[in-house]
Amino acid sequence: MTVTERQQLAYVDAQAAEGRVNVELETDEGMVINLGPQHPATHGTLRITAKLDGEQVVWADVVPGYMHRGYEKLTEVRTYPQITTLVNRIDWLGSFANEVPFILAAERLMEIEAPPRARHIRTILFEMARIANIVLFLGDLGVQLGAVTPAFYAFRDREHVLDQIEAVTGGRFHPNFDRIGGLRDDLPKGWVADTKAVMARIRDFCDEVEALLFGNEIFQARTRGVGVIPPEVALSYGLTGANLRATGVDWDLRRDGDVGLAHREVDWRVWTHPDGDSFARCWVRLQETREATGIVDQLCDGLPGGPIMAKVPRIIKVPAGEAYVATENPLGVTGYYLVSKGDLGPFRVKIRSASFSNVSIVPWLLRGVYVPDIITILASLYFILGDIDR
Amino acid sequence: MADTTEVPAGEAGGTQLDEARQGVVDTLTDALGDAVLGSHVQPGHGSWLRVDRSAWTAAAEAAKYQLGCTFFEFLSAIDWAPSPWGRYEDAALEGAAPSLPEGPFETGYAGGDTRFQVVCRLANVRRHEEAHLNVVLKADVPDDDLRIASLVPLFSGASWHERECWEMFGITFEGHPGLRHIYLPSGFEGNPLRKDFPLLARLVKPWPGIVDVEPMPDEPPSGDGRTEEVAE
Repeated sequence: MTVTERQQLAYVDAQAAEGRVNVELETDEGMVINLGPQHPATHGTLRITAKLDGEQVVWADVVPGYMHRGYEKLTEVRTYPQITTLVNRIDWLGSFANEVPFILAAERLMEIEAPPRARHIRTILFEMARIANIVLFLGDLGVQLGAVTPAFYAFRDREHVLDQIEAVTGGRFHPNFDRIGGLRDDLPKGWVADTKAVMARIRDFCDEVEALLFGNEIFQARTRGVGVIPPEVALSYGLTGANLRATGVDWDLRRDGDVGLAHREVDWRVWTHPDGDSFARCWVRLQETREATGIVDQLCDGLPGGPIMAKVPRIIKVPAGEAYVATENPLGVTGYYLVSKGDLGPFRVKIRSASFSNVSIVPWLLRGVYVPDIITILASLYFILGDIDR
Repeated sequence: MADTTEVPAGEAGGTQLDEARQGVVDTLTDALGDAVLGSHVQPGHGSWLRVDRSAWTAAAEAAKYQLGCTFFEFLSAIDWAPSPWGRYEDAALEGAAPSLPEGPFETGYAGGDTRFQVVCRLANVRRHEEAHLNVVLKADVPDDDLRIASLVPLFSGASWHERECWEMFGITFEGHPGLRHIYLPSGFEGNPLRKDFPLLARLVKPWPGIVDVEPMPDEPPSGDGRTEEVAE
């Protein structure tokens, strides 16, 4: 039996023993502390209960659900075009990226394909959603460790990305721009040149953060060797995105997936890191942001002409069938298991959101860590509450 | 320090991969024998396999160790009963709860005999030449005995998905180390994702969008404003 299997079994035992969430102080055997639901260091209303022995965590439990909005139920009473409005709000920092897999799933069942120009613009906006999302992560990372400066740079530079998204879609956070068969609108005049300038700014921001944070001795001391996840455990918990690639698993749906986005038409690389610790997760995200700016630049250069909307019926009915479409979203793999019965709306939608699986590893990961490391580990896992609770 | 791989040119896929997807079904059928009740291959995208619920763990185990599907993607359930509350959000939700239609119900890929079906997707992330080899496993769970084996011993990540499925559908996962509420408060009654569970928000307040379908003064009244809503 390997060490990781033993650790997993130990976790299962602990879960069985502590089936209930204990919020009382148990002074005889250690202390139970609560982080959240409103603790400023938990990115929203996530609650973590940790039992301590001195400064070490004996066991920890995550209590999600403070932001559960029941999107899976709501999709069952809505029509297909109405659902993009809902799914926009799953990962609210990279909204456009949530719409794409849902629309692709509906398109797969309808057997229609968006025209090349729409696919390219979709991919551009998809990557810009990633940049807007991860830039904020890179800024926020410093705050968790006591460095406030990067956060201001992040908000400053993210605003330029949001401006570009707003110029196309009309919405800073919730574009609601993707349509079955294409996009709502074409790019405005002069947008491509502006976007390339913004991408250059983001690359400068990445350099700044790298110099300010990643080379910083304190940052390295707090993240290197902390919160190490082995690849088998990551896969078993269903971790995706940078969290998985930071364990050395070379898997990215933009390259390996079966969906019709334009990522395969440009030149880029998938970054991985062998360490699996907090530093690796942050480092992979930094490289991915740089890589995403390159993807946007290349797609802007090679933007094909033509229509932005395929021929779709005026009233959208999706033929009966099942489809699962997942894309590599900013937080990891987000997928929609769509069951249609040929109606105006879906029969059932299972939303596989990245953060839900990414955070399910927290009880395993926090066992034995020191209290201050809880915060850096949570920050490096990077989750959005809406993406956990849906 | 970083281990990187070049992005392969062109589309990954084609007929070769579809043979591999049929191979997924064949391998699992060989491993499970009579326990396989149905299968489906979606060319270019994936394989579906419906197994008897007694072989649920065995199917996941075969997928994990024989096909290398070590990545746990998701687990959930489908309630195949049509909703007795009406299909759209402006449907009236007044009066007593309508009764659920009698089965058997129309089901999806790989068939189905019962109202509830547990669905789980596993994927292989290690082989780039056969990237995205995956399998969607399904198992029927009879109404009068809503139980199935837990996958937690095989995939730790199944824990939260099974807790969600338990509270949303009322399906018990035997062997789960702590089946308790994950989203809903611990005293919550009912299983919200079952089709006979009404959308409570609509019981409290009618969908405000209903006012939008009132006819304009110059127009003849139309019975159903929905065509306007879905027009893009």
